[in-house]
Parts: sequence; structure tokens; C-alpha cells
Amino acid sequence: MPAIQTDSSPPGGGLEPEPRRTSAVRPGDRIFSGLSKGAGITLLVIMAAIAVFLSIRAAVAIEANDGNFLTTFEWDANASPPYFGIAVLLFGTVVSSVIAMVLAVPVAVGIALFISHYAPRRVAGILGYVVDLLAAVPSIIYGLWGALFLVPQMTGLYSWLDQFLGWTGVFAYDNTPARSLMTVGILLAIMILPIITSVTREIFKQTPKAHEEAALALGATRWEVIRMTVLPFGRSGVISASMLGLGRALGETMAVATVLSPAFLINISLLESGGGTFAQNIASQFKEAGSMGRDALIASGLVLFLLTLLVNGAARLIIARRKEFTS
Amino acid sequence: MGRNRTTVKLLCAPRRRALVLGAATAAGVLLLTSCGTDDNSGLPGAVDFTSDAVECGPEGTALASGSTAQANAMEVWVNMYQTNCENGQVNYKATGSGAGIQEFLQGTTAFGGSDSLLSEAELDQSRRVCRDGGEAIHLPMVAGPVAIGYNVPGVDDLVLDAETLAKIFDSQINRWDDPAIEALNPDAELPDMAITPFSRSDGSGTTDNFTSYLHAAAPDAWPYTPDKVWRGKGGQSADGSSGLVGMVQQNAGAISYFELSYAHQNAIDTVSLDTGADEPVAATVENASQGVSAGRVVGEGDDLAMELDYTTSDAGAYPIVLIAYEIICDRGNNPATLDLTRAFLGFTASEEGQEVVTDIHYAAIPEEVITQVRERVQEMS
Repeated sequence: MPAIQTDSSPPGGGLEPEPRRTSAVRPGDRIFSGLSKGAGITLLVIMAAIAVFLSIRAAVAIEANDGNFLTTFEWDANASPPYFGIAVLLFGTVVSSVIAMVLAVPVAVGIALFISHYAPRRVAGILGYVVDLLAAVPSIIYGLWGALFLVPQMTGLYSWLDQFLGWTGVFAYDNTPARSLMTVGILLAIMILPIITSVTREIFKQTPKAHEEAALALGATRWEVIRMTVLPFGRSGVISASMLGLGRALGETMAVATVLSPAFLINISLLESGGGTFAQNIASQFKEAGSMGRDALIASGLVLFLLTLLVNGAARLIIARRKEFTS
Repeated sequence: MGRNRTTVKLLCAPRRRALVLGAATAAGVLLLTSCGTDDNSGLPGAVDFTSDAVECGPEGTALASGSTAQANAMEVWVNMYQTNCENGQVNYKATGSGAGIQEFLQGTTAFGGSDSLLSEAELDQSRRVCRDGGEAIHLPMVAGPVAIGYNVPGVDDLVLDAETLAKIFDSQINRWDDPAIEALNPDAELPDMAITPFSRSDGSGTTDNFTSYLHAAAPDAWPYTPDKVWRGKGGQSADGSSGLVGMVQQNAGAISYFELSYAHQNAIDTVSLDTGADEPVAATVENASQGVSAGRVVGEGDDLAMELDYTTSDAGAYPIVLIAYEIICDRGNNPATLDLTRAFLGFTASEEGQEVVTDIHYAAIPEEVITQVRERVQEMS
């Protein structure tokens, strides 16, 4: 670690607390520290309570399960004995989210750079406002738009993909309504775009002016300035922003349930209907689920919970590593 | 006929109240959506809620929950009852049959609504809720014809039989000009078009009923055990009857199944069934009542659980009918709501109660069964 903190570290990290002027602890301080400590503890307690609840109910279902919880390609949790597995859901959740990330992150970074470094101030203001507005659209609205507008529009693109890339199997398409994991991924990409954009935009704006001016003084073009100063400075921020977006994509329910044509099978082709996600499956099956059916759904919820924890943990790890390199 | 339109607005009001009470977000979402689909599925504003036939019970509130298939009928009944009996409130939450049975067995509701019969285990459980050694019984209260809707341009009078239907929904027949379909429709001009069958992606009593028919009437073509979960191969799926209706409207070549009211409300053509009767049987309310008549009561003792005859070839008997039951205790109902429940169910089983729901595409329970239902309701204690 370098001995002197430069101001290039991300916000929050560079501020050393000022030495206390008085040693007497005032009641206001005590109350505030108590409140903030309480808030922190509440969060941990809630997380623990969720984990315990999910685990207890899930254990009941997994114990009774006649199939293999991880590899069975069927969801028949109300039968006796129940027979279900999460393979299809895990696949669908991960694949649709990965598609969403691949599509959304580059575009979001592009928009954020445009707003923070290219656009005239007034345009940037308006554009930033519009992006924030997108984040406020409820997911069921995205779902309806996806089902009524996006799905019919995708047929042409998918036929074209099938014509040139159909031989790979991944892009094979049978001309049925385009209610597939790919369409879900595209819709999710649009939904997570504003979150990633807003956060990265704020990070890019905080690039130290001195760094940018130094690069300019060395004769760098604007693109070189961005590559040499803005992107390295914002890298960990972009990763955190992407994780926020990924969290939403993993857990999205109504939009997926409206657009996807769920079926308990794994299609090699991303363009053909079928598959499912954890959240969508819970929403679809909850209404007619008996007590065992509910526990099985909760078990699948536990896996989603763990998946989200895992992804967030991995992101933290990446950010921590990056910090050591950037200073 | 002097029936007023403004009453439609009233219909969602009890739900909204339930929504405020409902703690779980998930339940809230379900209520919201079911309220939305109800408007879609066609309560015509043509129901007059005033009536002379309602015999009011005591003051109070009775909670009930269950099947969404009978939700529209319940809304009409509840509104009629409450319009005529100011102090009696009945609150039916359309949570789905599974949840309805659960809540009844936990003793939180006065009666439960269900499309399917209680299992042996659930019956055992009911002996703990029903006092005085009573147990849960099924009362068939209304029947919902399940229509098979399709979207084939230029074809508005399609006839299919069980075997062809089974093969279509199992993706074994996948073109509209298939010889099997042509043989049943010699006069129709069937296009050279792919068939896309749509099924329910959520667990549903409608699916259970439709696949029961396929399995009973065409066991070779439909070998899968009937279930609330769809088991056919291929095709696509969508959430809820309203989702299926949307898919059929959007996609030429689509075929799917949903309650008759959805088909009427959205002007979707429905399939007439070749059941072996002289004439193909259309999906209508009258034919559905005939279909229920072909079935028989299989419940023991006071229980009126019914078994449909899916292979019936009676003239004008439409076999794919969903029977919606109310579940009560034969003895030992909660005394706090007993009289109110008796008054309300007495009204729903009355001649007028049965008559009024045919306006919204439900089929009445045939006379010989509904008279027994009335007796059970009067006897309940």
C-alpha cells in the first residue's frame, strides 16, 4: 500500500476523519450512533431471518423430494411424492441474466460516457433525466410492452440469425412466437440499462479533473483521456453498477412471466421458447400450490437467494482486487 | 331490460378492500391481476343486483377464498346478496383452489371454493377443523364450460374430436390442413399453416379438467396423467386464461383452452366437439349443463362430489366442464358464521342464483343435483 493517499481513490475512501475537538460525548452523538448501529443490526437480522425461514421450509421440501433437487428437469411439487428439480430454472435465470448483462453493460457505459464527457451540458441534463425516468417504469409495464410489441418484432431478427448462425444450434429458430430466453434477455437488458447508466455516470463524473487535464496536457485526444483516466478510475464503480443491474435481472418476475413461454426443458437454442426462471416459476406456480408445493417453491427461492449472494460476493472480490491495482 | 351498466364499477370494490387487508405482497399481486382479468372475462354490466329471492341471514361477515374459476360468479352472488341484505357481508378472495382449501382447513374461512376434490389427507385434516365429528363435503355450485379457442383466418366453424385434439396439443398434428382435421371438416377451407398450441404455464384447474377429458376420451393419443400442470409436448405456454386469450388473438394458427366467458368476451371462435353424438356439440352454457347431467354424484354420505362422464355421446352434452365446488363441513361449522353462510349458499343454490350466472357464461348445476345441494345447505350445522 502506498504511504500517501492520492485523491484518486473512490469516493468515501479518501476522507480521513478529523480529530475530535472535545472529548466529552454529547447525547446527540450517542443517540445518533445508537440509531445507526441499530439500523445496521436490523439489516443483518432481516437477512438472517430470511435465510433461516427459507432454509427451514426448503429442508422440508427437499427431504420429501422424489427427484434430484439439482438435476431433475420437472416441477411436479404438488404430487405425492413431490418430484421437482431446479436445473431448468437455474439455467434460465443465469442465461437470461447473462444475455442482459452482455447487451446492457457496454451500452450503459457508452451512455454514461456520453452524458458525462461528450454531450453539451443541457443535452446531458435532459438525457440524464430521461434515463432516470426509465428506471421508474414498473416492471409489469415492461412486461406488457415486451409481450405486445417486442415479441412480434423479434421474429424478423431471429429468422435472420437462424439463416446465418442457425448451424451453431444456439441460434436455431422454428418461427414460433418469439417468447424465448433471448427475448427475455433483451427485455431485461432494457430494464437494467437505466440503473447501470445512472451509477456509472455519477462515477465517471467524479474522475479527478487533474488527471484528465494532465492527460490532455500530454497531447491525448478525448478518447485517449477517457481510456487513460476515466475508465481506469471508474472500473470498480462500473462493476458495482453492473452488479446492481444483475441483481434486478436475476430477480425480475412479472416481466419475465409475461414475455416468456415457460416449459420445463433446456433448449440449446436461445431463440426457441421454453425454459423458466426462479422468480417467474414462483409467480406462476404459487396460486395452485399446496403446502408441499409452496415449500418446494421456497426451496427454489433459497437457491436464488444463494445465487444472488454468490454473485455479489464475487463482485466484491473483484472490486477489492482492483483497488490494489488502481492507486 | 332496464339493467344498468354502472354496476360494473362495484365489482372490484370488495377486492380492493381485501387488498388493503392482505399483508403478503405476493397475494397482493395475485389479487390485483385477478381483479384485472375479471373485468376482461366479461361481467357484462347487464346484471341487475336487486332481487326478491334473497333470504337474508344474520348480520356479520363471512370470509371465503378459493378457486378463481368461480370468482366471477361469486362476485355476482356476493353483490346481489349484499345489495339485498345490508348487514351481511361475504368476502370471497379468489386466491386459487389450493390456497382456498388450505385456508378452509386452517379454519380461517367459512367455506372454501375449489375446482378439484379434496385429497384423502386433506379430508383427514378437515376432521380437526369441523367440530362435532363432522368432515368436509363438496357442494357443486356452478359449472364452467372450458372452450377450445382458435385463430385460423377464414375458418369459423371448426369441428374436432378428442383424439385429434389430443394429437394437436401433443404436437403430433402440427399443420391445420392435416388429413385428420380435413376429415372432420369436409366443407372448411383449411389453410396450409402451422398449429401453435398454447397451454397454461401456471398450475390450473382448467388444465386439470381439459387434460382429464383428453385422457378419458382419447387415452391412446393422450397417455399423460391428468394434472393441474401441463404435460403435453411442444407448443407454447402463457400465464392465466387472459394470457392464453392474448396469445390466440395475436398469433394466427394458435389454439388454446380457457373458460367460455373469455372466448365470448374476446370474440374468439370456439371448437365444436365431435363426441359421437349425431351433431357436433358447441361450447355453450346449455350444452355444458347437459354435460354435467351426464355425470354422477360419487361422494359418499352427505358429500356431493361429482364425476363427469367425459366419453358421453348424449345429444348436446358438452363434456369439458369444470365443476366449481364450495367446501363446507357437514357438521360443526364455525357457529359465528354458520347462519350467514347458510343464507348465502342457500341463495347461490336457489333457482335465481343459478339462473343469474348463466348471463356471464357459467352453466347451472342440473336440477337433480342442485336440489341435493339445497338440502345439504339447509342441513348444515
